[in-house]
Amino acid sequence: MNGNKEFQKKIKRAEKTAYIAMLFSFIASVLLLFAVFDPSFSIFGNKGTKHIYSTIAENEDKIENGIHIRTGLIDAEGLITVVNNCTNCHSAKLVVQNKMSAESWNATIKWMQETQNLWDLGSNQEIIVNYLVTNYPALAKGRRMVLKDIDWYTLKK
Amino acid sequence: MRRRSFIKKTVLSSLTAIISSDIIFGSKIPQGYIPLALQDPNPFKMFKKNKEMVILNDKPWNIEAQAHLLDDKITPNSSMFIRNNGVTPEEINPETWTLSIDGESVKNKKTYTLSDLKSKFKHHSYNLTLECGGNGRSEFDPPAKGNQWTAGAVHCATWTGVRLRDVLEDAGIKSNAVYIGYHSADTHLSGDSKKEPISRGCPLSKALQNETILAFQMNNEAIPLIHGYPLRLIAGGWPASVSGKWVHRISVRNKVHDGPKMTGTAYRIPCNPVAPGEKVKDEDMCIIESMPVKSIITYPKTGATINHGKALNIRGHAWAGELEVIKMEYSIDFGSTWTICPVEKPINRLAWQHFSTAINFPKKGYYEVWARATDTHSVAQPMLLPGWNPKGYLNNACHRIAVKII
Repeated sequence: MNGNKEFQKKIKRAEKTAYIAMLFSFIASVLLLFAVFDPSFSIFGNKGTKHIYSTIAENEDKIENGIHIRTGLIDAEGLITVVNNCTNCHSAKLVVQNKMSAESWNATIKWMQETQNLWDLGSNQEIIVNYLVTNYPALAKGRRMVLKDIDWYTLKK
Repeated sequence: MRRRSFIKKTVLSSLTAIISSDIIFGSKIPQGYIPLALQDPNPFKMFKKNKEMVILNDKPWNIEAQAHLLDDKITPNSSMFIRNNGVTPEEINPETWTLSIDGESVKNKKTYTLSDLKSKFKHHSYNLTLECGGNGRSEFDPPAKGNQWTAGAVHCATWTGVRLRDVLEDAGIKSNAVYIGYHSADTHLSGDSKKEPISRGCPLSKALQNETILAFQMNNEAIPLIHGYPLRLIAGGWPASVSGKWVHRISVRNKVHDGPKMTGTAYRIPCNPVAPGEKVKDEDMCIIESMPVKSIITYPKTGATINHGKALNIRGHAWAGELEVIKMEYSIDFGSTWTICPVEKPINRLAWQHFSTAINFPKKGYYEVWARATDTHSVAQPMLLPGWNPKGYLNNACHRIAVKII
């Protein structure tokens, strides 16, 4: 009888220890989950303020019809180097709007390094500039361009 | 990101090991899950913009109107261009927001809460034309770097606030003051907290004008966040970058303000004219002050087809920086002949002016309607691109729309 009680006590104590261990491991895993998915604990209202207007998608290097989906950049030699070095601070939209010569791109890179915290690109600079001038060449516009892409419609009054 | 997803997978599997059963939430985390705060936002909804606005850049946000969206006499928020240099500030508390006046040339450094500003100083409302210095940049050849604005980086809204002059005089201006510079709450794209994305300003003479105000309302409502809530400096007729958003500090300077985007090639043009593509040294670049004379046809939208024998009604706006538009003309024969069309007086100084007329076409065919404004100094818009400059500012070439008579 006595031995039985002792045994039951031991079982209960063991059960308690098991519960506590489970509780701790649960808390630890929740914290781990936060550390990975939500390091700034934004779920509790402390919003990770910096990048709320930024755009991020996973499966990040998907290419469709020759276009890198996440950035809209043309899939060609040097693409990933451009993505990795030129879309961290600003959008790729700023890159592709600008159709410049190699000289102008090199000057722009220098300006970004001097004033905008761009890092040294090393041998990647040539890859990037080649990609840009090949895929987004400058157009000759002259002193005034012809009106293009006119969307004709009937004006009703 | 790869490293992250590896950690995610590792964590999920180790969780499974710890609890020794399937993770309920783990199995429900969809593939390609994006944390809520990072999901692709809809800028049209977020900023309450017309769906026909054109997004030039989404980091930072730069969005422009098309000419026909600017038909209102007072531009509504839905058609106002957005030009941002940094990351938009968040969680602005108007109760705790303050404006400080400091600098080498202020007599007493002072700090005002928004309610101080509103209660201490007289309120003024003006319709003020704000045009991005780079509006029309896309037409320059060789191309100029930056957002490739076409014609839609201009607006004229009603701004209400207190005169900057009244606030500066309350703090006291030393006799050696020459310039003011604003400081804003936006943050640098690189994430570097020591960097300001933009901090521009204007000579004291512009700062002391009646129409230079610290605005807390736009079109009789609180200023939308993206346009500078809760306080924006408004300096009409000058590059819109002088009208600093989210302003929390104004420095009265004893020299030309030297904040980011005041120096180098930013908002500057060659002091002397240069050939297209020519290299210009920084010291040979001069700060842009008043914007040049310009106009825009806002009705009809380009591409109108009408029947022969019917008149085409056109209308639009014209402005001239610090000056006024005194003459408005249009041409349907590529500038061979010009016809004067009536233009209204501005509702107040630095507000855009409205023109409208009816045009008859001699025969069927393809036409372009070109508009040309002339300012009080008899300076008119050029039909071709004006002087090339490294950053592609101040393109005030005539606006035109295509029309077909059938």
